[in-house]
Amino acid sequence: MIAKVELKTSPHLRSAPSVDQIMRNVVYALLPITGWSVWQFGLSALVLTVVVVASCLGTERFFNWLADKPSSLDDWSAVITGLLLALTLPPAFPFWMGAVAGFAAIGIGKALFGGLGFNVFNPALVGRAFVQAAFPVAITTWTPAFAPSRFAEFVPSSLALPFMSPAPVADWITRQGVDAFTGATPLAAWKFGGVATDSLDLFVGLTAGSAGETSAVLILLGGLYLAARRMMNWRVPAAMLLGAALTALPFWLWAPESYPSPLFVLFSGGLMLGAVFMASDMVASPVTPAGVWIYGLLMGFLTVVIRFWGGLPEGVMYAILLGNAASPLIEAVTQPRIYGEPKRSRAK
Amino acid sequence: MGLIDILKRKTFAHGVHPPEYKETAAKPIRRLPFAPEMVIPLSQHFGAPAVPLVHPGQEVLRGEPIARAAGFMSVPIHAPATGVIEDIRLMPSARGPKQEAIILKVHPGASQRVLYGVEQDPDTMAPEAIVKAIQETGMVGLGGAGFPTHVKLTVPPEYEVDTLVVNGCECEPYLTTDHRIMLEYTDDLIRGIRIAMKASGTRRAVIGVEDNKPDAILAIQRKLKADDPIRVEAVQTKYPQGSEKLLIKVLLGREVPSGGFPFQVGVVVNNVGTLAEIGRLLPEGEGLIERVVTITGPEVKKPGNYLVPLGTPLRFILEQVGYFGDASHLILGGPMMGVTVASLDVPITKPVSGLVVLPEKASNDKGDRIYPCIKCGKCVDACPIHLNPSRLGQLAAKRQYGVMAEEYHLNDCFECGCCSYVCPSNIPLVQYFRIAKSVNRERAA
Repeated sequence: MIAKVELKTSPHLRSAPSVDQIMRNVVYALLPITGWSVWQFGLSALVLTVVVVASCLGTERFFNWLADKPSSLDDWSAVITGLLLALTLPPAFPFWMGAVAGFAAIGIGKALFGGLGFNVFNPALVGRAFVQAAFPVAITTWTPAFAPSRFAEFVPSSLALPFMSPAPVADWITRQGVDAFTGATPLAAWKFGGVATDSLDLFVGLTAGSAGETSAVLILLGGLYLAARRMMNWRVPAAMLLGAALTALPFWLWAPESYPSPLFVLFSGGLMLGAVFMASDMVASPVTPAGVWIYGLLMGFLTVVIRFWGGLPEGVMYAILLGNAASPLIEAVTQPRIYGEPKRSRAK
Repeated sequence: MGLIDILKRKTFAHGVHPPEYKETAAKPIRRLPFAPEMVIPLSQHFGAPAVPLVHPGQEVLRGEPIARAAGFMSVPIHAPATGVIEDIRLMPSARGPKQEAIILKVHPGASQRVLYGVEQDPDTMAPEAIVKAIQETGMVGLGGAGFPTHVKLTVPPEYEVDTLVVNGCECEPYLTTDHRIMLEYTDDLIRGIRIAMKASGTRRAVIGVEDNKPDAILAIQRKLKADDPIRVEAVQTKYPQGSEKLLIKVLLGREVPSGGFPFQVGVVVNNVGTLAEIGRLLPEGEGLIERVVTITGPEVKKPGNYLVPLGTPLRFILEQVGYFGDASHLILGGPMMGVTVASLDVPITKPVSGLVVLPEKASNDKGDRIYPCIKCGKCVDACPIHLNPSRLGQLAAKRQYGVMAEEYHLNDCFECGCCSYVCPSNIPLVQYFRIAKSVNRERAA
């Protein structure tokens, strides 16, 4: 017979999944991409990933302790930030700088705002922006994919001592015997050299670039997995890719010799990784149905604008950060019409 | 509309699909015996509590009025069994605070026959007389709202209504009372619909039934004439399809204005259980003294649909149906909108359509840990009214209750629970909104 009767407020049923389950699945979706980057770039990329993730977790725990709150490591969000951040860095990025990036990502990008759910910007991109400003040379030092000795030794720059300039990598690259490596990513090659890379190579991921941004197919598969499990709003990446393609299309049609094709725009650089895994960061996105489309289209548009006319070859990071900043505004002006409401009224 | 209708059943945008758990759907309605002592609260409806007509020590007959309506927005109460009035005192209630209730000691071996009632013929009665007679049955919305039925059927003179919407959706998981009523009390239901049409002045009636009850749809259809003003329509099984505003939109394409009533769009809504009881009680001139309740839960020994005398304490019911758990949530109503009770002395009252006993951990419980809102937007995609529960929740955390009501339509929330149901952060959004609404009410007062 009943010995204890407990009070609880309705609803008494709850659907899965919970936050930690969603976050864990994002980690699952990122693992193949991380694996590919390690296969491509070897030991340096592997250790860099471990260092960045560890730095993120340590920073998260440190700020928990500082704020006198229970550990939030088990919600898995810091792992995602770490993996994403590592994937946006050049594979031969010095480890100590990776640790700084992780600290900036969680510390400045997340903990200072109040932790999970309160960050205005995607923490991984805040970390990335921090090191881009702090270490402009290291963040644009690229190494070739599939170097023969990538599993035998570190790229010399990886092992730079803290606060020391990293060793140059030119000798190491020459020793790898990779033909005609220009040290440029496909985007830089296009922007500064006018050379377009084959779209299929970009799609499969056989080019130089940041550790994880090279294989569009793995990124898309990860995104499809999350969308199918309803753990990601697929409209954000769809809108962002659409926005980029639509912005690039008229210029390409008008002057194909000066502007790249929309396919190149979609599959080069960090657009795919950014659209699928960073722009879709729930916390920094609007929640309204119309707002999500506007947000995605805006980021796609900004990416192309920065790539075509900005000083940098890549614009995804700043496009997403700007989109994040605009998100509360977009949400405020796209409140949906509710049932029984006579006319569209806007929240002030 | 149009092509979409052919491809799939009518429904509203958003909403959720909780597991149905309707295992009792095949169990015929059975009578529960009288409890030795009944607890009959004076307030079992929305409005002023009834006024007792009896005093301790008085003998009453089954069906005899024991409390009268206190004005138009109130209904009388009838004795559920023959016995002696023991006391009128404060007793635990489902709402929390103790409430005044009549305690009835039932005579051992009291008969199930109703000994009190005056036959009347609704066909010869004027609409006003029918409304009055419905009030005298003590009828309230049996779907869970407890709103006096005669008030619902009284349309203000400045409005004209054309359609009676009959709610047979029963979208709450576990509950099967309306389903059984449509199957077993079909004639009563149709008689009740015709009485309610006459009382409200509507020309046609549409019965909306979720498509998980095809047998009920068929049973009703069989009883209708070819040119009958009553028709049955299947709607998609989705929670909260049984919300009257959503059902009106789905069946008739009309939207009740925000903060308004169905009669403003020419509609009167009633639940199938309510109308079946009217169809049975009104011609006999009897009062509402028992109702069908789904009693179920994973640890209930004999789950089923029971005809329970109003006033039967939960303790007695659980003894009768058998329960083998030890710690529980006793939910009156369905698991999405029902309330838990703190005492086994709480009785079954008029609006209680189900007693769902859930063990401490429900099968799909994800624990009690509350995470911060990660703005996943699942609640926005679930809210059938198209509110922004995520934003409302953040405002509630900052206690900005005024902003919630003025800018984010807090008062349009009817607490269906979809947002809390889908929330991966486990945020008790609906509870936040209840608190916000009651704080706003207090501030306004």
